[in-house]
Amino acid sequence: MNMQDTSVSIQHLDLSFGAVKVLQDLNLDIGNGEFLVLLGSSGCGKSTLLNVIAGLLEPTDGQIWIKGRNVTWAEPSERGIGMVFQSYALYPQMTVEGNLSFGLKNAKVPKAEIDKRVARAAEVLQIGPLLKRKPGALSGGQRQRVAIGRALVRDVEVFLFDEPLSNLDAKLRADLRVELKRLHNSLKNTMIYVTHDQVEAMTLADRIAIMRGGKIMQLGTPAEIYGRPQNLYVADFIGSPSMTFMHGTVEGQTMRIPGHDLPLGAYAFKSQPAPGTPAIIGIRPEHVMTGDTLRSAPYTTDVTVDLVEPMGSDTLVYCEFGGQTFRIRMDGQAQVKPGDRLTIGIDPATASLFDKTTEDRL
Amino acid sequence: MADVGILAATKAAQHPIHTLLDGPRGAKPKKKLSRGNIIVYGTLFVFAMYYALPLYVMIVTSLKGMPEVRMGNIFAPPLEVTFQPWVKAWSEACTGINCDGLSRGFWNSVTILIPSVILSVAIASVNGYALSMWKFRGSEVFFTILMIGAFIPYQIMLYPIVILLREAGLYGSLTGLVLVHVAFGMPINTLLFRNYFSSIPEELFKAARVDGAGFWAIFFKIIMPMSLPIFVVALIIQVTGIWNDFLFGVTYISSPDAYPMTVQLNNIVNSVQGVKEYNVNMAATLLTGLVPLAIYFASGKLFVRGIAAGAVKG
Repeated sequence: MNMQDTSVSIQHLDLSFGAVKVLQDLNLDIGNGEFLVLLGSSGCGKSTLLNVIAGLLEPTDGQIWIKGRNVTWAEPSERGIGMVFQSYALYPQMTVEGNLSFGLKNAKVPKAEIDKRVARAAEVLQIGPLLKRKPGALSGGQRQRVAIGRALVRDVEVFLFDEPLSNLDAKLRADLRVELKRLHNSLKNTMIYVTHDQVEAMTLADRIAIMRGGKIMQLGTPAEIYGRPQNLYVADFIGSPSMTFMHGTVEGQTMRIPGHDLPLGAYAFKSQPAPGTPAIIGIRPEHVMTGDTLRSAPYTTDVTVDLVEPMGSDTLVYCEFGGQTFRIRMDGQAQVKPGDRLTIGIDPATASLFDKTTEDRL
Repeated sequence: MADVGILAATKAAQHPIHTLLDGPRGAKPKKKLSRGNIIVYGTLFVFAMYYALPLYVMIVTSLKGMPEVRMGNIFAPPLEVTFQPWVKAWSEACTGINCDGLSRGFWNSVTILIPSVILSVAIASVNGYALSMWKFRGSEVFFTILMIGAFIPYQIMLYPIVILLREAGLYGSLTGLVLVHVAFGMPINTLLFRNYFSSIPEELFKAARVDGAGFWAIFFKIIMPMSLPIFVVALIIQVTGIWNDFLFGVTYISSPDAYPMTVQLNNIVNSVQGVKEYNVNMAATLLTGLVPLAIYFASGKLFVRGIAAGAVKG
């Protein structure tokens, strides 16, 4: 990616608190107008990275470039960023209007311009009637809109979101998620969004960076991350319910697991492993074929249903396969009960194979 | 019970008014005066008397004339109410060569109090703000050193400070005393402010920084308006502490003309010349205690709120 298309560029970033390395030699280029999601479980360094980009934490080493400008030593307000926090972080003693205009007043923007920008942000976010209220008199969703508005009025290049929806209830979260996507489509700003919620990540992102222990495990589009996870961690992290993993060995075009030899004819190897390589095959519950689709399955076998979890839209079936518990996602209408015999089909083209020692994709 | 419920429901369907079963219904009845309550209230009453009685004695004595005081019935209410002792305590009582009563000491105390309180609260609040929000390398060490200061008995530092003030040319002056009060109020007030500010969400501070507010802008525009209760607490602690101070006043002020009210009160009460005027002494003591008392009454609610906030979240 050349510098012109790059909005935010992070180069060889290190951050340690004493002996604890939180970020290690991290490199990341984010394109203009891109919606990038930093995804990972708690403690993976995603919020830390966002705080470093914002300038709220100082890196130990490395550089941060925003819009072709080295901002590594710049104050947060000079970086051309706006930030939205999980707890909204609205100033409690100021009205909504005061909250929106605080940053502009600090930047000595003329009064008329402030009014214009506040009015525009209020219109975009539909918070016009709330301008004279204090944050205490707003609901969670309204507060988060005001927090987004505070970033909006500053006319910045880059929006940073630190788990902005995590404090909201499930329904509101889904609504605001759609609104955020709409907002991004109309504003076309660069957005960096931290979350631990994979649904948010999959739905919002142009690209997702999955982080673990201060490193990026995989950077790719949601489809890539879901379909071709580059290592065992990503494969296990993405998808709910998660992949079923089975241990065995690769022998040419066959994956040998206890009691079964799965043909790997349609699997796209990155490079053909040596015969007898210990490997792990991961199969998503939704990729296991049942019923009519079975005809196209390269490999079929019979299993006994062990447990059934009906979830409304679909049904999760647990059975024993290859010497361990195996999850199958079936249609919500499927009539199955424990003890039933079920024929399942597996297509290696949709599966993922990992080297057992390096845990990387084969 | 499920059966009864179904039964009741079917009955209710047939007859709009259905009967309740036996047993408790409605609001739980209030307990009558029990033995436990009598013991609790009795104990409370005894303790209340324990604190109220001396105050009562002081008030009635201060309203009696000397002949009546000499009769010795200290608990008896005054037969003839007179405010003469109060007038005398305020404007006529003699200490040494000055015979203008406590009024001189009162104004001395006010001149000491106002700059001391303003300075110490201002500095301690900024201290606490910097120590909680702008942590720097060694800030914890700095804070620990400050805290150790709170545990060193004042008496140990009395003489070194005399030397320090003498070298600075401030010994015996009000400025010197103000400086001493500000310094000694620092540990406890910094602790108070730091703990209160630590309970303010960090994200609020981060948001303000992204919004381009600097050290002072964040303090004055974000932090201070949110922290009224703790400012009131610090104000009360400082006002009462400095007003009630005797040790520093008597040590660092050399001229009797400039003595604070507490020192002057002592001089009036302990005067060895002439008759002991108990009524004047009582009035003088009450007068001296009025300022802290007034502060407590005026801001009691905020005081409790501020103390509690610091205690729970600190």
